[in-house]
Amino acid sequence: MTDKLAALGRQGIAVVASLGRSGRFLAGVLMGVPRPIKGFPLLVQQLYSVGVLSLAIVVVSGLFIGMVLALQGYTILSDFGSESAIGQMIALTLVRELGPVVTALLFAGRAGSALTAEIGLMKATEQLSSMEMMGVDPLRRVIAPRLWAGFIAMPVLAVIFTVVGIWGGMLVGVEWLGVFDGAYWGNMQSSVDFVDDVLNGLVKSVVFGFVCAWIAVYQGYDCLPTSAGISSATTKTVVYSSLAVLGLDFALTAVMFGDF
Amino acid sequence: MESSAYITLTDVVFSRSGRRIFDGVSLQIPRGKITAIMGPSGTGKTTLLKLIGGQLKPDSGEVMVAGQPVPKLNRKTLYRLREKMGMLFQSGALFTDLSVYENVAFPLREHTRLPEDMIRDIVLMKLEAVGLRGARDLMPAQLSGGMTRRVALARSIALDPELIMYDEPFTGQDPIAMGVLVKLIRDLNSSMGLTSVLVSHDVPESLSICHYACIVADGKVIGEGTPDQLREHPSERVQQFLNGQPDGPVPFHYPVAGAASDFGLTGGGA
Amino acid sequence: MGNRSIEVIVGLFMIAGLAALLFLALQVSGLSPQATSDRYTLYANFNDSGGLAPRSRVAMAGVTIGTIESVTLDKETFQARVKMAIDADVDNIPADSAAVIRTSGLLGDQYIDVSVGGDMESLQPGDTFYSTQSAMNLERLISNFASGR
Repeated sequence: MTDKLAALGRQGIAVVASLGRSGRFLAGVLMGVPRPIKGFPLLVQQLYSVGVLSLAIVVVSGLFIGMVLALQGYTILSDFGSESAIGQMIALTLVRELGPVVTALLFAGRAGSALTAEIGLMKATEQLSSMEMMGVDPLRRVIAPRLWAGFIAMPVLAVIFTVVGIWGGMLVGVEWLGVFDGAYWGNMQSSVDFVDDVLNGLVKSVVFGFVCAWIAVYQGYDCLPTSAGISSATTKTVVYSSLAVLGLDFALTAVMFGDF
Repeated sequence: MESSAYITLTDVVFSRSGRRIFDGVSLQIPRGKITAIMGPSGTGKTTLLKLIGGQLKPDSGEVMVAGQPVPKLNRKTLYRLREKMGMLFQSGALFTDLSVYENVAFPLREHTRLPEDMIRDIVLMKLEAVGLRGARDLMPAQLSGGMTRRVALARSIALDPELIMYDEPFTGQDPIAMGVLVKLIRDLNSSMGLTSVLVSHDVPESLSICHYACIVADGKVIGEGTPDQLREHPSERVQQFLNGQPDGPVPFHYPVAGAASDFGLTGGGA
Repeated sequence: MGNRSIEVIVGLFMIAGLAALLFLALQVSGLSPQATSDRYTLYANFNDSGGLAPRSRVAMAGVTIGTIESVTLDKETFQARVKMAIDADVDNIPADSAAVIRTSGLLGDQYIDVSVGGDMESLQPGDTFYSTQSAMNLERLISNFASGR
């Protein structure tokens, strides 16, 4: 019994210590003075591998989610004879919730895991260590561009996801199910507010992008430099990012949309 | 000897995850010479290099490199000091996303503002020194183990350091690659006047090139001197290590309780 | 792949993001640059504002002519005071028009319908509707009917 309690305590301490390490790590990355001239090409390179390479999965998922929303929404709304509200339903769902959240989950799976594995492998093959020995700070040279790239790419991906989803919804709703397209866009425009909905959704995706990128690079940097360590760090990245995104989504939604 | 020591370790104590790795190690590494640090695997030879490079801090004791106390330096001066150090990692540690040329150019690009044509000249010169000027466009994945280490060597001398540390340079190399490395280490030392620290457990190769050697075991320095002095060393443990005898003062068995209990031979219990 | 083409692709990526945001702003949320400036304010007091909320629409003959900005309680009269933003080009609403709260469909959103009067004068910015008709309360209607009043 006391053994179990002690183990629980040790585990708790380990969790807190890991949180502390990740905080110090983050501070180390962000405090490093950015060097615009040398840093910018690195950032562009990372934006390519983190953002552009995630574009395909984001676009395809967005299209299908928009189409499914239209189908499901049509079935439910036609019971009340208000099929024309389908545009409003699709747009609000995507802009407020699914856009940021699903993109973040896809991002964690596609880009986050790749970041973790890449950094973990660099650590295992002593590349980070050798960089340090050359007097180059790996936090600044390797980690910072990846963190910023995730931070920037995420909202861009989320906005693209949302737009593709709305377009997919229109394909099914208007072209296939025959909702009047004036009603599709008109209802949407009268119910979606730029500040309350679009910008709040954007804020969400910025927060998610930051958290996902942070978790991914930290797990890679902190992993055990063995093949088992890297694989468990990759898993942790996906699991922790997903949980963090869903939990934060609830918190942010409560703050943003909770009071009416 | 005292005046020309480039690195001085005094009573260094270091432990990791509860295990004491160094228990009062004192060591002097002379300037401009090749010093070999030898010892059985798992005695923390790589750790010793990391202490010198400031990647790890000792629990107590002092590490002086080029007259500067490494553990007490702040980040900035430490990084400045590291520009004078080169380190050759066991795996080579080339950046896998950069070509051979870019790998060697990396420290130059990071630390200097040289124009591109000058960087090119230096990189090709360094690659020439390790005999791989023709391999500049290859990616690290296309290199053999020996070539990887030679490229890594070219990279670590790109900034013309004062000190170069080799971490197990001979491990896992075929005889030819090993011969090439031995020759390179010796040539670099004599032509550039580098202080070289060589960590290895390959006794014959190490002793054949070093000017000075010391043997570390169980967290202490158990023997030091020139190769000839070591061969005549009175200590049994030094002799066991140098000659590779399976049993001796360093036991064959990992410390364990009596075999009787493990094999269930103690009377009556189960 | 060359450095240059990566730069171009990343540039296109960022432009695609900006374009998508612009699309969300203009096409999805119906934000138009001059919409906020070319509006004027009218007020109406209701005994019961029902489910009226900010951003609900104000319509005339079924055509949207503005939106509701706020619904507040007037502490002196205990009435709901509704602030509306009306499109500037609809500047000839007769002064005796009535603001009526209606429901789109049986269960849909509530909105304000301006039922047109016959006065020659029209409402000026900052004016208040003289006559209003509060929200139809379905429950009250049913209980009135049931108790036979």
